[in-house]
Amino acid sequence: MALSVKHLLDTTSLTADDITQILDTGRSFAEVNSRAIKKVPALRGRTIVNLFLEPSTRTRSSFELAEKRLSADSLNMGGSTSSVVKGESLADTIQTISAMNVDMFVCRASLAGTPHLITENTDAVVINAGDGKHQHPTQAMLDLYTIREHFGRLDGLKVAIVGDLSHSRVAGSLVPALKTMGATPILVGPPTFQVADPAFWGVEQTADLDAVIPEVDVVYLLRVQLERMEGAAIPSKREYNRLYGVDERRRRLMRPGSIICHPGPMNRGMEIMHEVADSPQAKVLDQVTAGVATRMAAMYLLLGGESDAY
Amino acid sequence: MGAEGPKAQVMDERDMERTLTRIAHEIVEANGGSGSVAMVGIVRRGSEIAELLADEIESIEGTRPPVGSLDISFYRDDVARSIQPVLHATDIPFAVDGRDIVLVDDVLYTGRTIRSALDAIMDFGRPKTVQLAVVVDRGHRELPIRADYVGKNVPSSSEEDVRVCLGRTDGRMAVEIWEGKEA
Repeated sequence: MALSVKHLLDTTSLTADDITQILDTGRSFAEVNSRAIKKVPALRGRTIVNLFLEPSTRTRSSFELAEKRLSADSLNMGGSTSSVVKGESLADTIQTISAMNVDMFVCRASLAGTPHLITENTDAVVINAGDGKHQHPTQAMLDLYTIREHFGRLDGLKVAIVGDLSHSRVAGSLVPALKTMGATPILVGPPTFQVADPAFWGVEQTADLDAVIPEVDVVYLLRVQLERMEGAAIPSKREYNRLYGVDERRRRLMRPGSIICHPGPMNRGMEIMHEVADSPQAKVLDQVTAGVATRMAAMYLLLGGESDAY
Repeated sequence: MGAEGPKAQVMDERDMERTLTRIAHEIVEANGGSGSVAMVGIVRRGSEIAELLADEIESIEGTRPPVGSLDISFYRDDVARSIQPVLHATDIPFAVDGRDIVLVDDVLYTGRTIRSALDAIMDFGRPKTVQLAVVVDRGHRELPIRADYVGKNVPSSSEEDVRVCLGRTDGRMAVEIWEGKEA
């Protein structure tokens, strides 16, 4: 059978079996992506709508390539070109597009809960491609894939997640997914970036990166969202870099065999220094490669499984 | 369904060994040697049979043809109806262009698996020929597909299940007929 969920809205509703299935299927798609002809007919005739209400380059390209390589037909809708700017409500937009018999919506939005709202207005399958500060489940899948490919397992690994924790949908998806798979996330960030209640996630939280680095298998750096720095949550870029940026000195503190991940785009010189970003320990490009394969897996499993529902 | 045991045994271990030896000879004969031949097994059982055939060809010709395996999950025409967990990745460690590809499967039935496999093979390049070897042809074709090398024709009811058991996968070599359809 396919996944236990109809939609991919968050990682909290995924079981360990679901995640394992996405990662295993992702491996087969990684093989497809390494061929000269990077395309299979798995979703031929299916229609997927990419509804990106917030700007995105890498996630959107990754989804579009995944759809093309599955032979699905796709339709791109963006905030500035859609009827949303003409004052149509999102519910009306979704119902209108759904009336054209589409099979899936891939949605990126700045408001948390938007993908869930879409599910209430369509019979199609919905994938959350990032909603506000809430979740970004396919990012978590590609992160787990990258980590599992490196270590051969997820169970028992320790992962430090470093940076702007309170605004991060990447952390919001990664933390529950890691826990489901038996890994231990540790949150690291300045007090102004910390989450209010780490007990809600059942995780440790600290401000001391140097104490955590030698203890973990993965250092996962979140992007400092410079566009949200207006409120001055941190005193300066330089101070953040000194306390939380991974430079050569901190890289040497890491365990042998440990890796560095980053969801991109990287602020070089801020959360990560050039020499570290370009070191073999940084798996940033592996994560990007894994993104296409795991998104193909998620779409294949979601659209393959429950087709009698519509 | 049919948990007690097989209804009938059609081939035992010795029969299967002789059959594979014969098919190996036929492959070598039809291709004028084994120089351009490569085996591609359809996972899972086809892969194991492809390995056995390659061993046989090696003992006849002295060189072992390359062996690949093909998972056709992404090429099936019934993805919408049933989805199989994908655990056995495709692995074709040679260029298929210009080669004589022998596609190998355990049972030839509706022909739909082979149709998918042909699509999959073509995505790897342009073979000179594609030939089909199966241990059992049980009839009931739904597509215009036939095998070039057949171990045994086993006329069967579509209410029955014809199983090819193999050493590595099942711990024994045999062809059996079981009551009831297997998914």
